[in-house]
Amino acid sequence: MFTLSVNGKFRQVDADADTPLLWVLRDELGLTGTKYGCGIAQCGACTVHVDGVATRSCSIPAATLTGKSITTIEGLAKAAHHPVQQAWLAEDVPQCGYCQSGQIMAAAAFLAKNPAPTDADIDKGLTNICRCGTYPRIKKAIHRAAALMAGKPQTKA
Amino acid sequence: MNAITPTRRQAVQALLTATGGLAIGVVLPRDALAAPGAGQPAPMGPRIESAETHPADELNAFVVVHPDSTVTIRIPHNELGQGTSTALAMLVAEELHCDWTKVKTEYASATRNALEKGVYHSMTTVGSQGVRTSVEFLQQAGASGRARLVEAAARRWKCDVSECKCDDGVIQHMPTGRKLTYGAVCADAVNVKLDQEPKIKSPDQYRLVGKSTPRLDTPAKLDGSAKFGIDAQIPGMVYAAVIQCPVPGGKLKSVDESALAGRPGILKVVKMEGAVAVAADKFWRAKTAADLLKIEWDTGAAGKLQQADLDKLYIDGLGAKMVSARNDGDTSSALANPGAARIVEAVYEAPYQAHAPMEPLNATVHIQPDRVDVWTSTQSPPTVLQWAAQASGMSPDKVFVHVNFIGGGFGRKSTPDDVLHAVAVAKAVGKPVKLVWTREQDMQHDRFRPQAACSFRAALTPEGRVTALEIKTCVPSLMRSLGRDPVASGMEGPAVECLAQTAYRIPNLSVGANLLNTHVPVSYCRGVGSSQNGFFIESFIDELAHAAGQDPYRFRRAHLDRADWIAVLDTLAAKIGWDKPVEAGRGRGLALMECYGTVTGQAAEVTVDAKGKVRVEKMVVVMDPYHVANPNTVHQQMEGGALFGLTQTLFGQITVKDGAVQQTNFHNYRPVRMAETPVIETYLIPSGGPKWGGIGEPGVGPTPPAICNAVFAATGKRVRRLPLASVDLTKI
Repeated sequence: MFTLSVNGKFRQVDADADTPLLWVLRDELGLTGTKYGCGIAQCGACTVHVDGVATRSCSIPAATLTGKSITTIEGLAKAAHHPVQQAWLAEDVPQCGYCQSGQIMAAAAFLAKNPAPTDADIDKGLTNICRCGTYPRIKKAIHRAAALMAGKPQTKA
Repeated sequence: MNAITPTRRQAVQALLTATGGLAIGVVLPRDALAAPGAGQPAPMGPRIESAETHPADELNAFVVVHPDSTVTIRIPHNELGQGTSTALAMLVAEELHCDWTKVKTEYASATRNALEKGVYHSMTTVGSQGVRTSVEFLQQAGASGRARLVEAAARRWKCDVSECKCDDGVIQHMPTGRKLTYGAVCADAVNVKLDQEPKIKSPDQYRLVGKSTPRLDTPAKLDGSAKFGIDAQIPGMVYAAVIQCPVPGGKLKSVDESALAGRPGILKVVKMEGAVAVAADKFWRAKTAADLLKIEWDTGAAGKLQQADLDKLYIDGLGAKMVSARNDGDTSSALANPGAARIVEAVYEAPYQAHAPMEPLNATVHIQPDRVDVWTSTQSPPTVLQWAAQASGMSPDKVFVHVNFIGGGFGRKSTPDDVLHAVAVAKAVGKPVKLVWTREQDMQHDRFRPQAACSFRAALTPEGRVTALEIKTCVPSLMRSLGRDPVASGMEGPAVECLAQTAYRIPNLSVGANLLNTHVPVSYCRGVGSSQNGFFIESFIDELAHAAGQDPYRFRRAHLDRADWIAVLDTLAAKIGWDKPVEAGRGRGLALMECYGTVTGQAAEVTVDAKGKVRVEKMVVVMDPYHVANPNTVHQQMEGGALFGLTQTLFGQITVKDGAVQQTNFHNYRPVRMAETPVIETYLIPSGGPKWGGIGEPGVGPTPPAICNAVFAATGKRVRRLPLASVDLTKI
């Protein structure tokens, strides 16, 4: 048994010490918004924040994260009000949607570090895989979220 | 199997019912969506379906109007990202004249479809058939619903229906201005019998269809609330991981389970013909235990096959007898006696490729004495129903398939291999089981986009006219591989798709195929035949243009007489700026084809560095699908198709060693990422007419040839084999 702080709440977890955070979130805590895609930190579908840093939860044992603050897509913002979620809505980004939790979490952590990214910054900083091909709309939405966070007026998508 | 007490079964049903319906798209006015997900029920729907209780409140199998005037529209195809749940709802709502902001969607029931003899038609979501094959019956369902609602109101007002009009879910008696909502008359309307079914609208009367409309499913996909097949959670459920024979078709010889002794939570090792599963109380325990099994397989002769053998097989297969798919004029004579024309020939190859949807295959199965429930991400609920019935021994009317959102499919999820595994494990452990294929299992046990080889011989006149063209292809049969049909004729559509239907005017044209299967399973993959044949033919047409010393755009145009193809080609040339000088170091190429009833053209601009590495800088996509239900989602599919094609062009390659697939995960089967994504412009030019074209598939095939033709323009090097990652351009 160990304790994790997830989305601002302490949760008791009964899982083997080597269990990746991904499976603890999904199967022990019922937080299925975080997705399994590859299991080897390649695709980013499982991205969560650990102390604010985008982390691929499939490849980090949960038991090593006691004392850290973990945020999943379900806890990113109350009522999905995070500027990244707002921008994703305005640009109608998702297709199948499976990778989008990870994309949004990656983008939110990325913008926290780089609030005014260039296209080249986004190319370098966002490495999550989307097989539907939502990258063009993700790029637009990241620029829109950056503008939202900077308090700039928005044009219609 | 353990006995399940009625009490427990009832508890399961109560819990599942409480989650409420198979809602797949929710349901709020757009301006209320500033807080996506807020206050909504989780849009999951593991509703316990019951064959014997069809709702009495439905207007027809597709439409239910509720007393609060919300409308439930049942969607007969599955949402795997292509936007079909929004587009199909729009087709119904167009005729129903309901308030679009009050529309909810849910999946139609495969069980009901089986019982009511196809009331929902095919229900499979393959071949870009969502809108194009459903448009008429969905419009009719909406029109019929509206007519009955209006009739119910007219009866209440004791007036003729001609005195009524309806908009946005409100019926108005025009002479008096009295109004009734749909909700107020829905109970009466379900009992109205119409003397005759109303006529559906013609496209010029559309008010909603054709307008860019936000997806209904977006809000649930922003906050983690959208449930996919892999998210199913059933009380008492255990987990399973599976290891399949690395050589497809191989059989299990023996399993040494000794390494599992003493490991916590392990329930059972389940042996199947070509696979072994481990069931455990937690997925991680099942997966790590499965990795420890020492398994011996009987791989037979297939276990000795190497990729070079397969390459040779398909190249050699081009010399065998062909089955004809098209034969215009007298191609062999024209090629034997070309006169002043010269012969141009080339051989092309394409590799196996993986679907690799982001959500790997998985299924959750609950077997009870009187029913079987399956939760899975499937493109074909009827197939799941049949397979689960057969594997479990339950009659099909007692099998219930619950589909939620699907994390990509691209054709892979039309063949539910995962369901068979889950049924076997559920039978063995007597509990509900969620079985998940790891990415490695998903990659190695895909049913792949076929490997193929294709040869061309053409006669080209000094004036640059193609007078004869012989096309031969050697490719596996999809139907044979899937076990659906022996294809006794030796010919099936996908083998020659885009080859046999070419619109280029060539007086002597022959197209033939040699269907040749190996142990490597193949199936439908986004774009299907066009995904390899498009590369073959549009690259070779480009070769002919250059051989003739002509501009590739004008050369194509000179061989076309169909207005739709010409319009797409001209628009493409205009939008890419074909006649403008190319920036230094860049090359520009284009490609054009018809696939699933839609004409699509793509143009690409590439740069190639000194080491031969290709970067695609820009793509333009032009599509004429004749009609468009929702431009918003069609533009998404045009971008997505080009990016699916970009992966196929740059990286996509499955290879075989000792009969086994070598690629295992995204590090060695690499999809494109943001950094490889070019600027993509998309243009829709629907030209109308009687038919609707497909959307999901047609945008894939033109990408490889457009890029490779651009590479030729930049370097003078002709790529005849994909992917580019395995081609050394400095050595061509």
